[in-house]
Amino acid sequence: MSEPSPFAGPGPDAEYRRLLAEGRFCIQRCRESGRYVFQPRVLSPFTGEPTLDWVEVSGRGTVYSTTVIRRRPEQGSDYNLVLVDLDEGCRLMSRVEKLQPSEVRIGLKVKARIARDKDDAPIVVFDPAESA
Amino acid sequence: MSGIRGTSAVVGVGLSTRWEAPGRTALELLAEAVHAALADAGLRLDQVDGLLTGTAVHFMPTLSVAEYLGIRPRFLDGTMIGGSSFVEHLIPASLALNAGLCDVALICYGSNQRTASGRLVSGSEPQPYEAPYGPRNPITGYALAAARHMHQYGTMRRHLAEVALAARSWARLNPEAFAREPTTIEEILAARMVNDPLSVRDCCLVTDGAGAVVMVRSDRATDFPKPPAYLLGAAAATWHRQISAMPDLTVTAASESGPRAFAMAEVVPSDIDVLQLYDAFTINTILFLEDLGFCPKGEGGRFVEGGTIAPGGRLAVNTNGGGLSCCHPGMYGLFPLIESVRQLRGEAGERQVVETELALVHGNGGQLSSQVTAILGTAATL
Repeated sequence: MSEPSPFAGPGPDAEYRRLLAEGRFCIQRCRESGRYVFQPRVLSPFTGEPTLDWVEVSGRGTVYSTTVIRRRPEQGSDYNLVLVDLDEGCRLMSRVEKLQPSEVRIGLKVKARIARDKDDAPIVVFDPAESA
Repeated sequence: MSGIRGTSAVVGVGLSTRWEAPGRTALELLAEAVHAALADAGLRLDQVDGLLTGTAVHFMPTLSVAEYLGIRPRFLDGTMIGGSSFVEHLIPASLALNAGLCDVALICYGSNQRTASGRLVSGSEPQPYEAPYGPRNPITGYALAAARHMHQYGTMRRHLAEVALAARSWARLNPEAFAREPTTIEEILAARMVNDPLSVRDCCLVTDGAGAVVMVRSDRATDFPKPPAYLLGAAAATWHRQISAMPDLTVTAASESGPRAFAMAEVVPSDIDVLQLYDAFTINTILFLEDLGFCPKGEGGRFVEGGTIAPGGRLAVNTNGGGLSCCHPGMYGLFPLIESVRQLRGEAGERQVVETELALVHGNGGQLSSQVTAILGTAATL
């Protein structure tokens, strides 16, 4: 039996979402460099080869930057949007819940939680670490 | 590396300054600018044999534009890297001219974004790992960069307002600028917040309009009515597409494109007489002043304090009024390029920077994603 091709079947994008739907927040790690990478992809940017494995991550991170997206009252309330640096060393866009949008500060320690978006798809959001 | 230094030149520029043009299509505006640029160069449309263009509303922009103009170019380039595209187009245009693939290269762009949608919207496809969180692109990415710069370097909203005020002060000297009403720092600071820390006054205009530039090889650049603006150096760099993939939100790839363009041009930042920096948002000007070497990293906010980049200041930046106060028809890169050429020719009227020999134009695209620096000079700089 030969090894299955790393390029066959559903790809990393589908796998990320499948794992999230199972309640597992996983990120790819390059087995050569040990470095984590997000977004999910086929080739490791560190080796140029398909050397990426899925690893369930701690979900702990730090707010790298934050903004409040203002809306006119008839459009709904203002909301927060952040970039979070995971402790594992990669960054993703998300939002911080359980705080007022303007209370979210750069440097805030946060913890991931799997929530559902408006289409009921699983997405990663964050809560302040102390309240998690 | 300096293979294209001084080998090609801009000999014609043209605008459509119909910044609000109800009932006009993007291509109609574009054709007006092309007509003006060709008249400026003393050329006819049927002499154009190289076409470089991009729009946000055509799937195959070079084909739509060629057909609409009624030309059959033998060289096409439609590189689409957002607002920086038209500064980048200088590079393939110069290469194609030098290789003899074409003799007259036309770079052109038109948009009716203001009257078609009236909003600062991105035509981009949603990014799957960002879209669920509702970013209001393009603004959100720049707001995140501004927030980080403020956190890391103590930059203040007042510094951002200085950039907006300087742009408006230049626009007041430009009869073609769209936004020319007088304003103050206090008025700018009191504006409605959009994405913290950016208010509506930190954002570029939304206008209609068009621009066009005609390039030829340098061996014939003096055969045209206007003094040539020679392309001395140009370089493009990209490190990411989505803001969430930008390695450090306080350092753009202009820190790579700038040094490469300067090396090709064989000049240094202190040689530059006038700068046109793509100011889609006020934070851009601060980031590019730092990344292109006009002030140290982190000092951009303090650097612009007190009118440093305003008329009469130490450094002439965005002399047409920029995207913040002159025009911003969806993608802006061609307009700072045209202003650079006008400054080099001494055609800029009341806003003319005296004894301009070297001009830097810097294009930005996407979410600080694409950075393109070009340096142009008069015959004296060859």
